[in-house]
Amino acid sequence: MDDETRKSLQDEAVDDPGSDNPGSDDPGSDNPTRRRMLKAAGATAWFGALGYSLWPMRKYIKNLDQDELLRDHYKELSVADKKRIFAAIEKKTEREYGAKVRVSDPPPMPGVKYGYALNLTTCIGCRKCVEACRVENNHDRTDMQSYIRVFEIENMGLDISKGRLDYDHPVPVKGRRYFPVQCQHCDNPPCVSVCPTKATWKEPDGIVAIDYSWCIGCRYCAAACPYQARFFNWRKPRIPANEVNPDQGYLSNRVRPVGVMEKCHFCLHRVRRGKFPACLEACPAGARVFGNLRDPKSEIRWVLENRRVFILKEEQATKPSFFYFLAE
Amino acid sequence: MSSDTSSSAKTSTAPGTASEAGLSHWVAYVRFLWRSVLLATDGTLLFYAWMTVLTAVAFVGANAWAQQVAEGMALTNMSNQVSWGLYIANFTFVVGVAAGGVMMVIPAYLYRDERMHAVVIFGEMLAIAAIIMAMLFVTVDLGRPDRFWHLVPGVGQFNFPWSMLTWDIIVLNIYLLLNLHIVGYLLYMRFLGRAPAPRWYVPFVVISIAWAISIHTVTAFLYAGLGGRPFWNTALLAPRFLASAFISGPAFLIIALTVVGRFTTFKIDRRPLGTLVSILKVTTLLNLFMVVSEVFTEFYSGTHHTASARYLFLGLDGHTALVPWIWIAIGLNVVAAALFLYPGTLKNRRILVSACVMTFIGCWIEKGMGLVVPGFIPSALNEIVEYQPSVIEWRVTAGIWAFGLIVYSAAIKVAIPILTGEARATDGDNGR
Ligand code: SF4
Ligand code: SF4
Repeated sequence: MDDETRKSLQDEAVDDPGSDNPGSDDPGSDNPTRRRMLKAAGATAWFGALGYSLWPMRKYIKNLDQDELLRDHYKELSVADKKRIFAAIEKKTEREYGAKVRVSDPPPMPGVKYGYALNLTTCIGCRKCVEACRVENNHDRTDMQSYIRVFEIENMGLDISKGRLDYDHPVPVKGRRYFPVQCQHCDNPPCVSVCPTKATWKEPDGIVAIDYSWCIGCRYCAAACPYQARFFNWRKPRIPANEVNPDQGYLSNRVRPVGVMEKCHFCLHRVRRGKFPACLEACPAGARVFGNLRDPKSEIRWVLENRRVFILKEEQATKPSFFYFLAE
Repeated sequence: MSSDTSSSAKTSTAPGTASEAGLSHWVAYVRFLWRSVLLATDGTLLFYAWMTVLTAVAFVGANAWAQQVAEGMALTNMSNQVSWGLYIANFTFVVGVAAGGVMMVIPAYLYRDERMHAVVIFGEMLAIAAIIMAMLFVTVDLGRPDRFWHLVPGVGQFNFPWSMLTWDIIVLNIYLLLNLHIVGYLLYMRFLGRAPAPRWYVPFVVISIAWAISIHTVTAFLYAGLGGRPFWNTALLAPRFLASAFISGPAFLIIALTVVGRFTTFKIDRRPLGTLVSILKVTTLLNLFMVVSEVFTEFYSGTHHTASARYLFLGLDGHTALVPWIWIAIGLNVVAAALFLYPGTLKNRRILVSACVMTFIGCWIEKGMGLVVPGFIPSALNEIVEYQPSVIEWRVTAGIWAFGLIVYSAAIKVAIPILTGEARATDGDNGR
């Protein structure tokens, strides 16, 4: 220690609690007991204030049951686990939404890889698919969400970058084209690679699924998806009891928890039971073709082999399972 | 007074080496930590006032976060189009501060500039505080903080090596541990009055230098790896991140050391300050240069991909929410760069500190909001949805900054008496 140090030590207050320093302007320093009490009081006030500031969270914590908190990743669940969990979800949905539902998880069918094709010549932009998706998949009713968004574009070229999503007039308008976009179920999906918790993955039948009970809501996948196909549950979905679709898939249309990611799942709970996606059934123009890419006799294969087919944003190398084609 | 930690450590008689102490070091280290807690909670009225204000702000932030958890992220102004906002912007920036804090180590150890050693401890404490802030910013951005454990390797499902976010989690945690070890060890040895044994810290210091670069590079890759976002999808991103890390770290240290010099017995030499300023001279210019080359590439080619940059600097189709932000940032950085070049700045503390504040804020905007938000505007399908943070987001952000400052203030509060020798182990404390 040099002279300067010593001098400054004498000049200024020393914060060493061990030494009784009368020069210190600390309020309790002259009396160790009083100081200890002050510190204890300070600590109590501190924890009190912390508790007070975190108080709004109590509702959220109360709503978390332990089972949900410790629930494992979908792929790790045993048959018994699933039974228990599905029953718990059914009960919770009844409690919170007043609707009796059935939760299931139909497995992928062997030898099936799904593909979807959309005829841009016949699509009239009526948004019936958008609405069907909303109803089928238990979307929030107040913000009119759906997994499908339809762009209105000029007939010349097929550039959706200048399209409009908010068109609000009778359709179709002459000289315009309509271009629905939903999850493309990429074979090389950037959303899957970036997910830090493997909460989203590609199923053997090509469907890119999300485990709503495993997603931590980081939204990295939303940043990675080149098709704006991923939607976040910014709040708990609001659905009137009589509008809840009771046929629910664990990986598809069950009512989503708040704070997790969701997106189109090709109506997994329907197609794996041999039905068509809800959007296809709703389309009045017959613009949608869905089927098994591995079946050479399927309609989707016929379209891919006989029509001028293209994919969206080919340069992204995402290898979509969703195709667009023109009838002419 | 001399602030040189290592030379005075060497001259004080070391009562023993680390190896002979053995198990008793555990006891002694716990005592040291306890003394640190006492040191950190004791102080002048001014210190109490400062900590009380920060605590109040931190609690306001905690309260806002509690509301956000209870009501959902709808309380933020983020959307499906702009899915990251102020939180991730701050995360990105503070990772830079954390990296920059340790860059001071380079002149100190690689060039054996002994006078830098005290600065190094301040830099590493800054890194610790900044990493804690970075982790908090990620936590408040999660839609499901209760599922945090899904990210823990072994317990959850850790998508390593595919997800860059898992890389980031690993490198940030290791970086935190490295710095906790170095700071803890050096202060503990000073506390015992012994010379630190180089083998216990020099290798870690060398690793932490490399690691400082890695944390910011990995954070840049988080963005640069996304092919669907042309604004981020550029090789220049990692170098740009590093340049601003070299700005924000030293700039904050100069501010902190000035405050410390005013309010405590600890005075820093002019020499290390000079070193910090010469770093800033180069890095502020380098950063501006990279902004210019980025802007040139974006605008001269005029292709589709330039829409985000156009939105950021000029506005797009009448949407101009970020334009004032970025021009303020550029203005601040240009003025600061000019001030650092002016030789009189080093002699006038007030000008020096204002230049540091300016460039710190400039980088905060540029590598925060100015980097994260335009990546989403226009969206991947060319929609323009604008974003301005909500009140809740501002509160949470202020709370985390306040908490970071609490951590840093407490760390300084502990370190100074130990560095100056005011706090020393008594006979019972010294590990034998
Ligand atoms: S469209 Fe988007 S969400 Fe769907 S699989 Fe591809 S990257 Fe993932
Ligand atoms: S939001 Fe969910 S699904 Fe998306 S990357 Fe994060 S954890 Fe994975």
